[in-house]
Amino acid sequence: MEKPRIKVDAVTAKPSKNSNSRRKFLKMGGLAMAGSGLLLYGCSDDDDMNPDPMPPGEVFDLGSGDVGILNYAYALEQLEAAFYTNVLDGSYWAGANAEEKRILEDLYDHEVIHREFFKAAIGANAEVSQVLPELEFDFSSVNFADRDSVLGTARVLEDTGVAAYNGAGRLLQTPDFLVIAGKIVSVEARHAAAIRSIYLESDTAFAGDDIIDSNGLDLAKDPQTILSEVGNTGFVVTEFTANNLPQ
Amino acid sequence: MDIIKFLDEFTSESLTRKASSRREMLGSLGNLGKKAAMVAVPFGLASTSGKAFAQSSGNDATAALQLALTLEYLEAEFYIKALDSGVLPSGGRAEAVYNQISKHESAHVTFLQTGLGDNSIDSPEFDFTAGGAFDPFNPNNDMAYAQLLALAQAFEDTGVRAYKGQAGNLMGTQFLTPALQIHSVEARHASEIRRLRADVINESSNENALGWITLNNRGPGMPEATQAVYDGEENVVQGGVNLVDATGFSAEAVSQSYDEPISGEVAQQIAGLFIASNDG
Repeated sequence: MEKPRIKVDAVTAKPSKNSNSRRKFLKMGGLAMAGSGLLLYGCSDDDDMNPDPMPPGEVFDLGSGDVGILNYAYALEQLEAAFYTNVLDGSYWAGANAEEKRILEDLYDHEVIHREFFKAAIGANAEVSQVLPELEFDFSSVNFADRDSVLGTARVLEDTGVAAYNGAGRLLQTPDFLVIAGKIVSVEARHAAAIRSIYLESDTAFAGDDIIDSNGLDLAKDPQTILSEVGNTGFVVTEFTANNLPQ
Repeated sequence: MDIIKFLDEFTSESLTRKASSRREMLGSLGNLGKKAAMVAVPFGLASTSGKAFAQSSGNDATAALQLALTLEYLEAEFYIKALDSGVLPSGGRAEAVYNQISKHESAHVTFLQTGLGDNSIDSPEFDFTAGGAFDPFNPNNDMAYAQLLALAQAFEDTGVRAYKGQAGNLMGTQFLTPALQIHSVEARHASEIRRLRADVINESSNENALGWITLNNRGPGMPEATQAVYDGEENVVQGGVNLVDATGFSAEAVSQSYDEPISGEVAQQIAGLFIASNDG
């Protein structure tokens, strides 16, 4: 374990009627001062977990430069795609009204398409060994039979996607990648508005004062902040590091 | 004037009967075949007649921000006038949505003016009738509400595409991130307006009304005159890869997954339709 690793604290997931009380979610601490290290750390105490796609002892690092940022986006798109895959397998979606059903089905399509795009794009721009492996996820804290749980999680993921792309744009060096990131982020923002619109009560939630500031600017967060927040969800099981991303 | 030729088309297609009565009023436009030929032109190309933007010949980033400011002036004034018009149903969702968007567009104006500093430009004089073609702020116009919704959607989707098209000109500047932050707000607006329009015309479950753009489809009830705002959105090739072939998903789904940019020139042409003068 020579790799710089940040402190990992175990915290219990927020109680929910469907949550497995045995499940511990891991929360990363001390990110701000650990400029050299970020680790999404899985529930290693579970013996029934599938084996890591990486060889033992090796933790994938997202890499540097544009490839690192593309891997970062690929990780987020994998997360979103996996989430909506679970949504469409769940009983809430099966019984949802026509509008909600269509919206979630479209979001599934879009996120899977984004995921597959990044997989191909990174593969075309880097060695095979530099392409982020397929990540494993754990959505046991989400109740896919429950509208609030599904739409509430979707809202967080879509707003996070918008904030992530907005914050990563300046880190890209290649204009074509910036344009493609722009093509995707506005679709994520359309998603976020739609989910907020159907889920939250307020007529102004689609671009609510909770996310849009007094200058009329949307969220923008750097990769370290986003990866910390994503780590806190407990959704990502596969470990990876982000030690070399551009700052 | 070319703009007049598509007057009738800028009405909700779901309100055909009312549109017909308007046609009768406009005897000079009685020749439908002739008019149909004209509406192929509208939003994009009708406005090349010297209504250029007052842009200083500074660097690319300055020009990009000046274009953005002009579009924000257009949107900000539009929403203020829409809210003052009495056309929107009072106290309903539409009014709340327009209020929220208005707040953002006015904030964008101030933000860009400040950012541009000495390079800031004054607002052009806008003509939201586009030379008499529309009458969106007139409560006595049966089509006013539909026109307000259609114009809002067209302006928002134009804004999304225009900011995206200028991102490259802002690379390496302190303005890139704020421009991206405005860009995604415009996309949130565009998504909401599309669903609001659908709700008003009872098309909520229409697959083209959920908040994203399918192929180059402008959405149910959207006037043909706005088609230039959506041309090119049908693209399915990203990074040189045809994603329909690569993923097995439909062209509809792939096109929805990516919003396409427009050039500054096209953005100016679309916005120029609503610019009355060039004294900015």
